[in-house]
Amino acid sequence: MTQKPPVSTTSHRAVPFWRDVRVIRVLSQISFAVLVVFAAGVLYSNMMHGLKSRGLGGGFDFLKLEAGFQIGEGITYDPSDSYARAFLVGVVNTLRVSAVGIALATILGLVMGVARLSTNWLVNKIAAVYVELIRNTPLLVQLFVWYFAIILKLPKVQESIALPGSIFISNRGAALPGPVPTASFNSWLYYLMAAVAVTIALWIGRARGARRMGRPPFSLLWVAAAFVILVTIGWFVVPGAPFVWDKPSLQGWNYQGGITLTPEFVAMLLALVVYTGAFIAEVVRAGIQAVSRGQIEAARAVGLTEAQTLRLVIFPQALRVIIPPLTSQYLNLAKNSSLAIAIGFPDLFNVAGTIFNQTGQAVQVIALIMASYLIMSLFTSLLMNLYNRRVQIVER
Amino acid sequence: MATVSEVIRPPRTSVGVPGWLKENLFSTWYNALLTFGSLGLIYVVLRGLVTWGLTRARWDVVTTNLTLFLIGPFPRDQAWRVWACVIVVILLGGLSLVVWGPVGRRFKVARRWVVIGWFLSFPLTILLLRGFGGNSVLPAVSTSYWGGLLLTFLLSIVGIVASFPLGVLLALGRRSSLPAVRWFSTLYIELIRGVPLVTVLFMAAIMLPLFLPEGVRVDKVLRAMVGFTLFTAAYIAENVRGGLAAVPLGQYEAAKALGLSGVQVMGLIVLPQALRAVIPPIVGQFITLFKDTSLVVIIGLLDLLNIAKSVVAQPQFMGLKREVYLFVAVIYFIFSYAMSYASRRLEVALGVGER
Repeated sequence: MTQKPPVSTTSHRAVPFWRDVRVIRVLSQISFAVLVVFAAGVLYSNMMHGLKSRGLGGGFDFLKLEAGFQIGEGITYDPSDSYARAFLVGVVNTLRVSAVGIALATILGLVMGVARLSTNWLVNKIAAVYVELIRNTPLLVQLFVWYFAIILKLPKVQESIALPGSIFISNRGAALPGPVPTASFNSWLYYLMAAVAVTIALWIGRARGARRMGRPPFSLLWVAAAFVILVTIGWFVVPGAPFVWDKPSLQGWNYQGGITLTPEFVAMLLALVVYTGAFIAEVVRAGIQAVSRGQIEAARAVGLTEAQTLRLVIFPQALRVIIPPLTSQYLNLAKNSSLAIAIGFPDLFNVAGTIFNQTGQAVQVIALIMASYLIMSLFTSLLMNLYNRRVQIVER
Repeated sequence: MATVSEVIRPPRTSVGVPGWLKENLFSTWYNALLTFGSLGLIYVVLRGLVTWGLTRARWDVVTTNLTLFLIGPFPRDQAWRVWACVIVVILLGGLSLVVWGPVGRRFKVARRWVVIGWFLSFPLTILLLRGFGGNSVLPAVSTSYWGGLLLTFLLSIVGIVASFPLGVLLALGRRSSLPAVRWFSTLYIELIRGVPLVTVLFMAAIMLPLFLPEGVRVDKVLRAMVGFTLFTAAYIAENVRGGLAAVPLGQYEAAKALGLSGVQVMGLIVLPQALRAVIPPIVGQFITLFKDTSLVVIIGLLDLLNIAKSVVAQPQFMGLKREVYLFVAVIYFIFSYAMSYASRRLEVALGVGER
């Protein structure tokens, strides 16, 4: 082995620039960017060429044109309205089914997640079967089962099933009683707003006062009671009832009055709630299991009842683990509502599909769909992140 | 002082069947109420299902159309090609079970051959199903004749196999120290994860032909495969990123100290550890993809669910939607459940989360 001459530490022999890490970093980024831009450019020019050969222009001007197609349900809309209005109807329908779906799926998931951990063997196994059955079949198949195999096979409107509380179920959907405001509703509205203001003030003052006094805050039940009392006073002070419950009644071919839900909406809602509920149940179970055993034993040791342990010790800690995956389940529910197109519920994707079929403006329509979903996703995750920050433990 | 202690047997109510019942079903009064409520629910559901399934349901719609459900409109005289592929896969599966099973230590050399076999089986399957134009042994079968469970499986396997390398690249890109690469990967992943799969499929079905130069035609099945690949890659990337984050920094430093180049550090040290950790989530992703292939109904491919739709549209099977959709649900359930069971076993075998 030959001895190499010692490398002099003082001589600064310049590194050739093609081996300089800094130069390589910059060059590789530039070449990557050029590659991306070039690929995008080729795709774009192909697209423009293709669009031109099909006689389609760019821009969103087509949204002002008359839509000319019917939409089954949603906010007021007429076929003579513009495409923009039609798209808005779709967006509102998506929001409607997602919001109701998220609320109901949370309740179902919470119940099933707790049931999955029940010490009652039978309850535990029922929840396990529910979760496994639902999680291992596609949502679209479940949607078809709900819509084609259950709801459309319900009795006809004339023979609809009456449930207690004036709820009627038939193959034309569901009819529920709904509130209808009367003449005195506006004056009652002031009481309602006052009640909301007092409730919020009490809510904030409750936590603050508790911190000052160094004592646990008074029960939330008192806050709720204040709300109920104010609203009830208002109910009796204003002349006549502010609103009446309008019960649906069969007139001709369908129910009139109250709230009528179309079979498509009911099927979509049921499928989304049952499907997402199973995933939320797993999230809840994992969250509760993440609370260490010692916490539960300590709670028992200081004499809390089982319900108090669940409410005061387990849930607040489990919530921290639950919120992030719960957020992604909410987002999944909103995104999955796009399957509505398979049963003809006019959600945003379905309406946009019709707009595309009529105008052929593929690029703009897809951009609109994507932008709507992205905004919805961003907004939901923003809200959930805010909530998450509140429940997270503040570590020192 | 020695005392003779009598062994007192546990009370009758805490052992055996009565003990189990008391502890698990009737420990408190509300547990007893829950038990009776659950029993009532099970009774109502089971009675409804059993009486319908045994008396009123017409299962002949399933038995008559069984081949249709399995391979769709694939030419019947060429169906042997599908069965041949299935046999190859079953053989490879059996071999893998033996080689990696309890007596697998003796077959260390054979393992490599089984892996090569798996890699070869994929192009072989595609080749066998597509065939070539202009001969009588393997006449070409257009992809528009692929359907049923066959198409469901092909879409999910192609989707996962093709999206895996793309996903790994995106994950590496998202962790890259080069801002241009990192931003591009992050943008892609978040964009795809923010929109529903239907949108991506719709885009692949409609926009892909627009993006390509004139004269290049892509058939519908391939478009759907591209859509699934682009979509799944974003999710795989996030899984792999989790795996990469789990590799301790010391591993990178040790590898660099040994003089490995950047590519070697990734390929020989980091990725093998990261990918091992993400096998279970990737199997989960595969199950999700398998279920999600049913969405091709919306772009009009003849997968299992769409075949079911066409079966209930036949005049002689009108109004048998319950039977058909229930059957389809059961098929999906069997495969998904089997895969998730296998994945749980795999997790135990790999010892993920135990070290």
